Amino acid sequence: MSGPSSYNPQNPALKWIERRLPLGGLIHSSFIAYPTPRNLNYWWTFGAILSMMLAVQIITGVILAMHYTPHVDLAFKSVEGIVRDVNYGWLLRYLHSNGASMFFIAVYVHMLRGLYYGSYKEPREVLWILGVIIYLLMMATGFMGYVLPWGQMSFWGATVITNLFSAIPYVGDSIVTLLWGGYAVGNPTLNRFFSLHYLLPFVIAGVVVLHVWALHVAGQNNPAGVEPKTEKDTVPFTPYATIKDAFGMACFLLFFAWFVFYIPNYLGDPDNYVQANPAVTPAHIVPEWYYLPFYAILRSIPSKLGGVIAMFGAIIVLAFLPWLDSAKTRSSKYRPLAKQFFWIFVAVCLGLGYLGAQPPEGIYVIAGRILTVCYFAYFLIVLPLLSRIETARPLPNSIADDVLAKSGSRKAPMVSTMIAVAVGGSLLLGGMNNAKAENSHGTTPPSLSWSFAGPFGKFDQGQLQRGLKIYKEVCSACHALSLVAFRNLADPGGPGYTPAQAAAFAAEYKIKDGPNDAGDMFERPGRPADYFPSPFPNEQAARAANGGAAPPDLSLMAKARGYERGFPQFIFDAFMQFQEKGPNYIDALLQGYEEKAPAGFALPEGSYYNRIFPGHAIKMPKPLSDGQVTFDDGSPATVQQYAKDVAAFLMWTAEPHLEARKRLGLQVMIFLIIFCGLLYFTKRKVWAAAH
Amino acid sequence: MTSTTSAEPTRRDFLYVATGAAAAVGAAAVAWPLISQMNPDASTIAAGAPIEVDLTPIAEGQDIKVFWRGKPIYIMNRTKKQVEEARSVNMSNLPDPQTDQARVKEGHDQWLVVIGICTHLGCIPIAHEGSYGGFFCPCHGSVYDTSGRIRQGPAPLNLAVPPYAFVSDTKIKIG
Ligand code: FES
Repeated sequence: MSGPSSYNPQNPALKWIERRLPLGGLIHSSFIAYPTPRNLNYWWTFGAILSMMLAVQIITGVILAMHYTPHVDLAFKSVEGIVRDVNYGWLLRYLHSNGASMFFIAVYVHMLRGLYYGSYKEPREVLWILGVIIYLLMMATGFMGYVLPWGQMSFWGATVITNLFSAIPYVGDSIVTLLWGGYAVGNPTLNRFFSLHYLLPFVIAGVVVLHVWALHVAGQNNPAGVEPKTEKDTVPFTPYATIKDAFGMACFLLFFAWFVFYIPNYLGDPDNYVQANPAVTPAHIVPEWYYLPFYAILRSIPSKLGGVIAMFGAIIVLAFLPWLDSAKTRSSKYRPLAKQFFWIFVAVCLGLGYLGAQPPEGIYVIAGRILTVCYFAYFLIVLPLLSRIETARPLPNSIADDVLAKSGSRKAPMVSTMIAVAVGGSLLLGGMNNAKAENSHGTTPPSLSWSFAGPFGKFDQGQLQRGLKIYKEVCSACHALSLVAFRNLADPGGPGYTPAQAAAFAAEYKIKDGPNDAGDMFERPGRPADYFPSPFPNEQAARAANGGAAPPDLSLMAKARGYERGFPQFIFDAFMQFQEKGPNYIDALLQGYEEKAPAGFALPEGSYYNRIFPGHAIKMPKPLSDGQVTFDDGSPATVQQYAKDVAAFLMWTAEPHLEARKRLGLQVMIFLIIFCGLLYFTKRKVWAAAH
Repeated sequence: MTSTTSAEPTRRDFLYVATGAAAAVGAAAVAWPLISQMNPDASTIAAGAPIEVDLTPIAEGQDIKVFWRGKPIYIMNRTKKQVEEARSVNMSNLPDPQTDQARVKEGHDQWLVVIGICTHLGCIPIAHEGSYGGFFCPCHGSVYDTSGRIRQGPAPLNLAVPPYAFVSDTKIKIG
């Protein structure tokens, strides 16, 4: 396809360079004059979307690395420092963490498009294999990146995934030790993961260049699956494909921005807002959503080595696809049976994703095994067989004919696909949520109305001030707030104190400082730059004072706690921007104490009955009672009022830039909607000339 | 492709220009957070708050070095002789003319407080050295007098005086 370049620079400087390094000609022939099949649909814009997402990830990643510290003692705190203190740090972090999910959404669409339209078939085998390599690299990169914040899921995910290699006979354990650089996941592991997480995206970019190169040698496939024959079948890449891709990318950005600005933690796990603790495993180790189908395959095989082989096999099998499916007809559009099996395969993948999020017990195991068999059967039995027995419908003579044959009716399959994908996707997400619900014993906190909810959400300053008072007079006896500084009380979007008030508040505290010139520790009054002090000198003392269990730090409590929202509520949540799980939970927990455990409930020694707490037995005694704290603003001194105020305050301590996020989000959404509109009309005008 | 002329070239042109302009505005808006993140973060700024220094341990003729905002600050308890030397200089001999009185706080004439960073290329001069008994920068040989004013060498300016004030006779607040 990449014919001789027609690039003829007029500028003498460009001419001089072009004779020595024909870069301009390369760009011209690849992205300007490059002939593009004129019947490409929007599934084809995901290639451009992927390039954009790779760029977004590399740019935000390089910047985050400027602020991140890859050390087990500092990693978690440095990530919180990025989000709280770095200018726009919250934005960069959310772009990067949600960007990973967007990258995988786009790559799955891109892969399924290739599968449906037979883009892997002769002469594009190498192109396809390069794609599989990129996908494997993406998986490795995504996994290692998830470990870096050093939360509970990071740590335990790293432990579980690296332990996969222990299944290898004889040398497995040595390999795992080699991967860890220690006797367990620890600082050497974190350090090398950081190094590799920074390196691999550039390797991906390199393979992407090969992928695009191979694409330009073989030429793009197209929905009809016939090669372009005449000039009439193609349009030049610029402006036609360029503007269409730009429109696709802008629409995708709109989708991306919704996640970043309105539901930034929707796809993440609350447990990752708890710092890694090698002594406690979370109730469920669930990988990020994009690995769930493979995780399900891993767990379906009742043998350690077998599971690992099956999981890797499920990806490797993709590389052999060009030879497993030897049908002459490329596009499933003209293969009635292949088309049906394709959609069954999509459903199987979604089903596996759902099961990957379920606890591995009972019916889920059986279903997982059935779907695993289906998954492999599609590649190893269905496709080879179909390519021998199926008679395809007649292909159009040329791409131009295909374009002319198009009628309004072809909109229908597009719509039904969208619906199928949406329903399947929601099943998958709903499944994820169910998994986490299992241990909450069915008691769901009521959904309260919060002033900070929704697109225009703002904290209620009075509420935050009351919450701070409750924290100071009640909670701070046991709980630290180690990520919040006194100066934050004067930050915009917070409780609304002046810097002088914040300084006065700080001065009421005694802060341990030192050593001084004499080598002694000493106490001094707090300054605005100091952080809320912990009531205990260290974790050991905290444990001793609280019957063995150290009270958790409250800085991130509102983000670190989640509960079952159930299907289909969970789906609506994405549209309704629901993200108030934490505050609802805290409020319900504080009010959930009951004098007496119900008959038949065996309350363990030294715990209290709480209907909201998982297992209903909580070690913390009822902290709040009516009349305990008096408010200056005349709010009722009731437990109900206290619980709500302190929950809102903890939401602010967990996400101090919530207001700024929502405000910027609104501006970005308005801009993107206008921009998408402009691009759409420009695209129509440009393409008007091509029809 | 044959380019067909649209019936309303002005409307189409407007659309193209508007789209291009929106793209440019979007790109500029994206660049802002990417650049802004390089500035000092909130905890760094908070850590740059004023500091208080107790002067009692500094004997006459001695100096101490404290750090404020990552910069070394020399606090020098000058002898009578040093103060006199600093005050008896002819202004026209100074590359960066400034009286000693303008560089210290009134009533606290013996206390010299300067940022210990050479105004040439940022090295840290050594106190009580050089031919004027003030500071000597070993990097490229700049010599400062007992008022921290540049006297010889490549440095163009006197050692800077940080913002500070006397809280009491024996305590200063820098910043
Ligand atoms: S830096 Fe001091 S003389 Fe050059």
